Amino acid sequence: MAELLVALYIFVLAIFIGFEVITKVPTLLHTPLMSGSNAISGISLIGAMIVAGRLGSPLNTILGVTAVAFATINIVGGFAVTDRMLRMFRHRRDGES
Amino acid sequence: MSGLSGTGVAIAIAYLVASVLFIFGLKLLSSAATARRGNLIAGIGMLVAVAATLLEQEIVTLRWIALGVVIGAVAGLWLAAAVKMTAMPQMVALLNGFGGGASALVAAAEFYRIEASSAAVTTDVALSTALTMLIGAVTFTGSLVAFAKLQEMVTGRAVTYPLQKPINALLFLGALAAIVILTVAIAHPGVFLALTIISLLLGVLLVIPIGGADMPVVISLLNSYSGIAGAAAGFVLHNNVLIIAGALVGASGIILTQIMCRAMNRSLTNVLFGAFGAQAATAAAGGTEARPMRAITADDAAVMLAYAQSVIVIPGYGLAVAQGQHTVRELASLLEKRGVDVKYAIHPVAGRMPGHMNVILSEAQVDYDALINSLDEANSLLDRADVALVVGANDTVNPAAENDRSSPLYGMPVVEAWKAKQVIVMKRGRGTGFAGVDNALFYGDNTSMLFGDAKKSLTELVSAVKGV
Repeated sequence: MAELLVALYIFVLAIFIGFEVITKVPTLLHTPLMSGSNAISGISLIGAMIVAGRLGSPLNTILGVTAVAFATINIVGGFAVTDRMLRMFRHRRDGES
Repeated sequence: MSGLSGTGVAIAIAYLVASVLFIFGLKLLSSAATARRGNLIAGIGMLVAVAATLLEQEIVTLRWIALGVVIGAVAGLWLAAAVKMTAMPQMVALLNGFGGGASALVAAAEFYRIEASSAAVTTDVALSTALTMLIGAVTFTGSLVAFAKLQEMVTGRAVTYPLQKPINALLFLGALAAIVILTVAIAHPGVFLALTIISLLLGVLLVIPIGGADMPVVISLLNSYSGIAGAAAGFVLHNNVLIIAGALVGASGIILTQIMCRAMNRSLTNVLFGAFGAQAATAAAGGTEARPMRAITADDAAVMLAYAQSVIVIPGYGLAVAQGQHTVRELASLLEKRGVDVKYAIHPVAGRMPGHMNVILSEAQVDYDALINSLDEANSLLDRADVALVVGANDTVNPAAENDRSSPLYGMPVVEAWKAKQVIVMKRGRGTGFAGVDNALFYGDNTSMLFGDAKKSLTELVSAVKGV
């Protein structure tokens, strides 16, 4: 139970950090912010890796591999597409003024 | 720390580093100048967390992990490279669905492992496993429905049917009952299966009644859920980096949801349960008067634009649908060469998700200094502007939001296009906008309508301006 309580402390404090960090975001960045934070939520990959990497039943392995693939799509797709969007924001008028 | 081995300490510290990188990354993501670096830093955090996990004692074989990672990375990179910028909302929905699905699968695997072992299950593990399944599965199917709606694979309209709310409430109670049984009594596979099915069903049923225009809010909310699902999985596995990253995403998703609701002047409850867009068309019927719209030709519009001192372009999703963003930029460059000051006023919810229009215009290499930062600034600039050029926007420039109490849009902050000396509205037809509400702007004395497909009209405008 003590372990659960510590985890709960961490959870609640992290939520407050999340609120603090995000509050003043310009609209310009909402779409990339959503896809970027979405990529971070792919952190469940860690849980998926533990499941896929342990010795278990075939069912365990199937669930694990699928979970790893899903979470990786979330992470890689999310970071890559966010970068693609943000790269475009850097464009300036080239050569004309 | 006495119970930890050397490796255990190393892993814990690596997870702490990853958590800090996530927080820094998010912080940098919230400013235009540093956003790209922020995204990279969050990505490095992810890499650190994954590398540390490979050291976990429980992991004895790498080949299944490698298989999953390769499949996922190839699919993810392909999606990210192939997606059109206009399709970004459904892309986020899809990716989010995969994230939620991953959490649900982890919960299922944990459940069957616990069930197969003879060891006693602690209450907290049983509870978090059940909760992870609920949130993960709802996120999974909910996101897929949102994706299908935005991709127009199913109707974008709000789908309603009798007893919708009672049925959802019953299902939710059923899920809660299953969670309680799984927590206090036994790890019964039948009950777990029931919980899984109910959760998957709930995801579908909760999103189906929400109209396409509100989908971005739903995606943002589901994004928040997938974060919370990740955190719940962290409780199952006693893993702090999961809890921290999940909580960060959960919180940021909630904030973005609130910002969006505010921009649309709706409460979250109204978005989720109001079935907006199902009957909205009825509200408009009373307001249509037999007033004429004044149509003009591209040549006339070109003259108006070419001899203006300042032009403010007000783009809406219609522009993106017509793929006209590049032509708008071409038109703007031509006008700028003639000494016209061109700026863009983008409504916070223009496009299909907040900030979506900015992304689309940036793709067309519109200088982002030309994008007006806030609605207030846009409206004060419009006061002095010679021409407001409305391209494919409708509800976000509707004066009813300010002066018609009976309008469903009343109270929503809008771009006050009508304040400009002249208004040119480019519009495909005479119909109403996404919300199905009539727009008095189109009948205004200083308004001229340029009917036709946005891209075609813009191309005509470009050649007409060249000829002026």
